[in-house]
Amino acid sequence: MIFILAQEAPTALEKFFNATYSGLALGAIYALLALGLVLIYKATQILNFAHGALAAMGAYFAAYFAVTLNFPGRYISGAPETLQWVLSALVAVLLAAAVGWVVERLAIRPMIGEPLFAVVLITIALDIIIRAITDDFIGNNPRPLGTPWGSDVVQLGPGLIAKAEIATIVVAILCLLGIAWFFRTRIGVAMRATAFDQEAAMAQGISAGQIFSLAWMIGAGLAAIAGIFSSVFPRSVGVSAATAFFAFRALPAVVIGGLDSIIGAVAGGFIIGLAEVYTGAYLNFSFLGTGFAGIMPYIVMMAVLLVRPYGLFGTEEVRRV
Amino acid sequence: MRGRPLLYTKYASEMALVPTWTKRIFLGLFLALLILIPLQVIPGLGFLGDSDWMRILSEVLIFAVGALGLHILSGLTGQVSLGHAFFMGVGAYTAAVLGGEVGKATIGLGLPMWIWLPAAGIVAALIGALVAPTAVRVRGIYLAIVTVGLVFIGEWMWRSLPDVTGGSQSGRKFPGLELRVWKEPEPLISFDTDGPWFGIEFSGEAKTYFFLLVVVIVLAVVTKNIQRTRTGRSFMAIRDRDVAAEVMGVPEAKSKAISFALSSFYAGVAGALLGAFVSRLIPESFGLFLSVQFLAILLVGGLGTITGTLLGSVFVITLPRFVQDFTSLLSDTAESGSGFMSSVANIFVSTGQGDVGLVSTAAGNSPGLNVSQLNLVLYGVLLIVFLIFEPLGLYGIWIRIRNYWKGWPFTY
Repeated sequence: MIFILAQEAPTALEKFFNATYSGLALGAIYALLALGLVLIYKATQILNFAHGALAAMGAYFAAYFAVTLNFPGRYISGAPETLQWVLSALVAVLLAAAVGWVVERLAIRPMIGEPLFAVVLITIALDIIIRAITDDFIGNNPRPLGTPWGSDVVQLGPGLIAKAEIATIVVAILCLLGIAWFFRTRIGVAMRATAFDQEAAMAQGISAGQIFSLAWMIGAGLAAIAGIFSSVFPRSVGVSAATAFFAFRALPAVVIGGLDSIIGAVAGGFIIGLAEVYTGAYLNFSFLGTGFAGIMPYIVMMAVLLVRPYGLFGTEEVRRV
Repeated sequence: MRGRPLLYTKYASEMALVPTWTKRIFLGLFLALLILIPLQVIPGLGFLGDSDWMRILSEVLIFAVGALGLHILSGLTGQVSLGHAFFMGVGAYTAAVLGGEVGKATIGLGLPMWIWLPAAGIVAALIGALVAPTAVRVRGIYLAIVTVGLVFIGEWMWRSLPDVTGGSQSGRKFPGLELRVWKEPEPLISFDTDGPWFGIEFSGEAKTYFFLLVVVIVLAVVTKNIQRTRTGRSFMAIRDRDVAAEVMGVPEAKSKAISFALSSFYAGVAGALLGAFVSRLIPESFGLFLSVQFLAILLVGGLGTITGTLLGSVFVITLPRFVQDFTSLLSDTAESGSGFMSSVANIFVSTGQGDVGLVSTAAGNSPGLNVSQLNLVLYGVLLIVFLIFEPLGLYGIWIRIRNYWKGWPFTY
């Protein structure tokens, strides 16, 4: 992780604002990842450990279309650069969603309702497979995504913010609004019904299978968006083998918010993002070693779980004897 | 009537370590086989006594120790834990500090093995008991995530303690498998150098194997005995339905904490043994993948049984070797360049630049997975296939065979 902006600020106020912007951008990425995880969990009762692998894969697709293939530049060379990049990123996200659908049909559908062990291990196995293949395609060096805004930084209030970070936050808010809108549509209501009571939903003529597929497609798509933004300028130089591990830090976000709460996922994402960046900016004592900011999410998670074992917004499980 | 599985006429015989004669005979034969392997006297299995196979079997035994620990926590108590790698790290570095060489860049006290090996387990168990209050508060998938967090916190901790772990660059050297009375220069028994035992010449690898075999047998018997005690039964009651167990007077939090500590003890011992066996490890070795391997061992072998745990260790640890052999066989066939089999192999293997195939054996970054990536992919695919088609694992296959013969000549 690179937090150039937070480290180099001259005054305390600027440093605080830089860190806050950076934290909000990071939180937005975590919120996107957490949102996908919660959607999948609510629909299928499966926590997707392969989320990081899907994110890395999505980012690789984006790098492939935008840089290696120069996909839009070939066909619509007259269009503005930003539009071209957005188009190739969109194709990458759709492809990732397609992979999510394939994964759900092949590996997840037979496992619905199986015991916890099997369900945990199957997504870990998927993670291993997708990660190995993605790593092979990525190769040894990070692949840049060729974003149109590069490493540009703009002044916003007292602090500095990278253009890529603005894009991250804007896209995340758009995605959140999109999901909120989606839940009001006919299919969205069907998904909520299935998550609430699968049998009752099926009795009303909702196809639970289609809902599972849809949830995995949306989840994988969101993971890809998060993957793309986690491998651009302030965070890293490109998509690499480390991108997949990044998503493991979204797990605390989900747990803090509560596994079955959409609002919780978003709140948890921003809490984790800000906690991580503030830790990186203010708690850089030598005895803490390197990478302490990276484990801050887990420490926050354990503290929250000690107080609330089902997360801040999660529903407490009611169990029969 | 005699020899029927699950038919017992006395309580004592049901509670016996090895209840039936069939089991006794098979266990005896299996133990004899394990002892005879390094002597290379069994026709057809002599290759297992080669030093590279001895090393793989030793690794199997080390993972069996750790898997027995996870068996107590996951198989008996029903708690999904991905934190096993963390406790292995605790054990390994405790052993390294207590048994490591004096006067090196990393801390080492030079104590003998009979101190550092149990101490590795005890310190890991203490840390496990320390973590337990958080862990028993959360259940199910939340526990899995908390233990994932534990592994990442552990990795950071090992990286920030270069005096103990040697840092990410070079790692540190672990104490060897040598039995000393105290700090004398010549070990009483050395388990990793060539030499004769009772007049028979053994390689160092074979000696390591024998030592680990004894450790595994002792710990397996201990595990089996834990299962037969009141504590062990309370674990299983919690696994089967925790609320019901608590209503019946089983102390849930206490039992889970005991289970956590016991499982960490095994993990600590396994970590110390792994360190001593590999002799040099970097902190990143104790990452999430190590934990996943243990969970995979339990599920591939069959959750909740010691036999299954041991079978799973053999399967999961020897698998990479078989994949490697298979890939090099394919590559050789493809390069021989003639015949039908060669063209079949050529589809799968890419041997040089410009050749496209699923697997690449050529050096450099050519298209196609390299052998370690293929290993990972096959590992994942096998896990998925097992989970979907045989959820009870290898032990489940055995149960089906046994039930077939139990009912023979009828189908059920």
